[in-house]
Amino acid sequence: MKVDVNQPVRIEVEHVARVEGHGNIKIQIEEGRLVECSWEVVETPRFFEKMFQGLSVEVVPLLASRVCGICSISHALASARAIERGLGIEVPEMAQKVRLLAKHAETLQSHSLHVFFLVAPDLLGVGSVIPLMETHPQLIQIATKIKGYANKASDFFAGRTSHPMVFKVGGVTQRPRKRQLRELRQELQATMPYLWQALEAFTEFSLPDFTRETEYVSLAGVGDYPFIGGDLISSDGVKKSENDFREMTNEYIVDHSTSKYARLSRESLAVGALARFNNNFEGLHPTAKQVAQDLGMKPQIDNPYYHNIAQLVECFHVLCESEELIDEMIESDDTNVAADYEYKKCEGISAIEAPRGILYHSYKINAKGLVESADCVIPTGQNHGNIQYDLEALVTQLAAEGRADEEISLLAQMLVRAYDPCISCSVH
Amino acid sequence: MKYLGIELPKPKVGVFGFTGCEGCQLQLSNNEENLKDLFSLIEVVDFRLISSDKLGPYDIAFVEGSITTDHEAEALKAIRVQAKLLVAMGACACLGGVNHLRERFDLDEAMSEVYGKHKIVSGKVRRLADVVPVDIELPGCPISKTEFEWLVRQLIMGSEPQFPRYPVCVECKQRLNTCVMDMGILCLGPITRAGCNAICPRNHAGCWGCRGPVEEANYESLAEILREHGFSEEHIAERVSFFNAFAGAPFLPMLEDS
Repeated sequence: MKVDVNQPVRIEVEHVARVEGHGNIKIQIEEGRLVECSWEVVETPRFFEKMFQGLSVEVVPLLASRVCGICSISHALASARAIERGLGIEVPEMAQKVRLLAKHAETLQSHSLHVFFLVAPDLLGVGSVIPLMETHPQLIQIATKIKGYANKASDFFAGRTSHPMVFKVGGVTQRPRKRQLRELRQELQATMPYLWQALEAFTEFSLPDFTRETEYVSLAGVGDYPFIGGDLISSDGVKKSENDFREMTNEYIVDHSTSKYARLSRESLAVGALARFNNNFEGLHPTAKQVAQDLGMKPQIDNPYYHNIAQLVECFHVLCESEELIDEMIESDDTNVAADYEYKKCEGISAIEAPRGILYHSYKINAKGLVESADCVIPTGQNHGNIQYDLEALVTQLAAEGRADEEISLLAQMLVRAYDPCISCSVH
Repeated sequence: MKYLGIELPKPKVGVFGFTGCEGCQLQLSNNEENLKDLFSLIEVVDFRLISSDKLGPYDIAFVEGSITTDHEAEALKAIRVQAKLLVAMGACACLGGVNHLRERFDLDEAMSEVYGKHKIVSGKVRRLADVVPVDIELPGCPISKTEFEWLVRQLIMGSEPQFPRYPVCVECKQRLNTCVMDMGILCLGPITRAGCNAICPRNHAGCWGCRGPVEEANYESLAEILREHGFSEEHIAERVSFFNAFAGAPFLPMLEDS
């Protein structure tokens, strides 16, 4: 449907649905030209950085997890690891494996929630997953099986799906028993066919055609596809060490947002599954790499809607790598899961790939083991700027093509959803 | 839907979130195998986290998060006017939760430290019950999906939900866990309301009191046990205040100064 370009168009979406937290879209088009286009973050802040002050380091991972109900495992790990790097603690190998398995479970849980429950309704032209239970039972079964396994694995390695209590400074509270690991491995193998079915379902959907050249930031792989710690890299060629994360984020404050924004070599940057895919494609598990190639995906992809497909590719990666890690744990009799430590005055920094992108936690700790100051830089905070610039470019393109208001509104909301924003997390 | 030949009401439900992590709302997407059954018992008419559809008035409102701005207070009052039944969901809504930790500091100081001169709207951390009458408090950080499902069944059957009146220790013993205090781990299980199946002690983390105080909690006895085990006053105080669960309780005398 073509519209009369002389009619001014005003689109306002208060509290975009099917995203975590509260954000608004405002668009104004006059005579086919974009006059106003903004992505406003209106979440109420909780002041986590202040809350950490004065707490014992042991409490920090538990509080950090409460930054976000969806990526609580990432926040708990980022904070524990920051403290460990500050205090010079060497985390035992078995604890590192438990942590990575928990991390993979969270990635699978978060991605499957997003792709099937939050994005699929757009691709099937409905408002939520609820009507799909009647109309697309097979898709719902796929989603149920994959997310169900991910939740079970989170319960198993992190203690529960949200707000884990298993991670502590120095390691983890306990190692899983071999019998349980064998059972979980069986469930993992039973989940794999559903992931292949999911892939088949998604190859039938078509994504909007829109690209904008973007700088992607992630951990730097060394022949691997990293999730926990290491150097930082951007697709524009910037490379920094983990401790220099502030030079990678350059946070700034904007008027219409309670979240801070970030930039690097350009006006904005992007983090998340697509950034990891673009920067570390070679390190993907061979199965995930094959899936990407079958989908015709190779770096660099500049269509933000492909975040969702990159998430699907990552589901293959984390599930395949989890199987290998579980096998290694079944083979091992190592029961050392936590290191002892002493307090000292220090600063500790950690970078973690949360489901929505790279996450930084940093703490200054005094000689009594109490937090003096804290700083958290959230993936969605780093993406807000890119969402804004993408929106402007997208709406300009759609307005020039004379698309109808409803279509512009839907594609704009889908763009925001593609980033899988975690808004309360970004405001923290 | 019919149960034992009797037609059950299918209440219209709205789910809302204020200042918090949305973790409680997220739990509602768990227990995936039961989702279809759950949605056959209730009609979800407003749930922004998972749905763009707004399908009109609701009977029951499930509300997550604390109230920290006047805007949120007004929105909550509007929900209260419409809902026949209002359920506070999770520690932030029921107790203030971890949000309350920032009340240790001056709000202006917190704002200028995080945002500089940039103007931000925020205020005192309030529980839902500080703003509107709350009918039911579903405790936990986060809530348990299984308990949520149980609550929905109770409401539909018309029975008044009875939450456990015994402490976490009872469930912990039922699971044959070794007492974590004997492993040197601090635990508030003796004074915290059960219903979580002792998930934190089970995972060797000890209880943090997220479900709020049990009725007739024996604070003096806990104080004695904690002293016997040699836990430091600072660590006890930190744990007791973590979820703001025991504010106003006649708590350990030794904590009064801290």
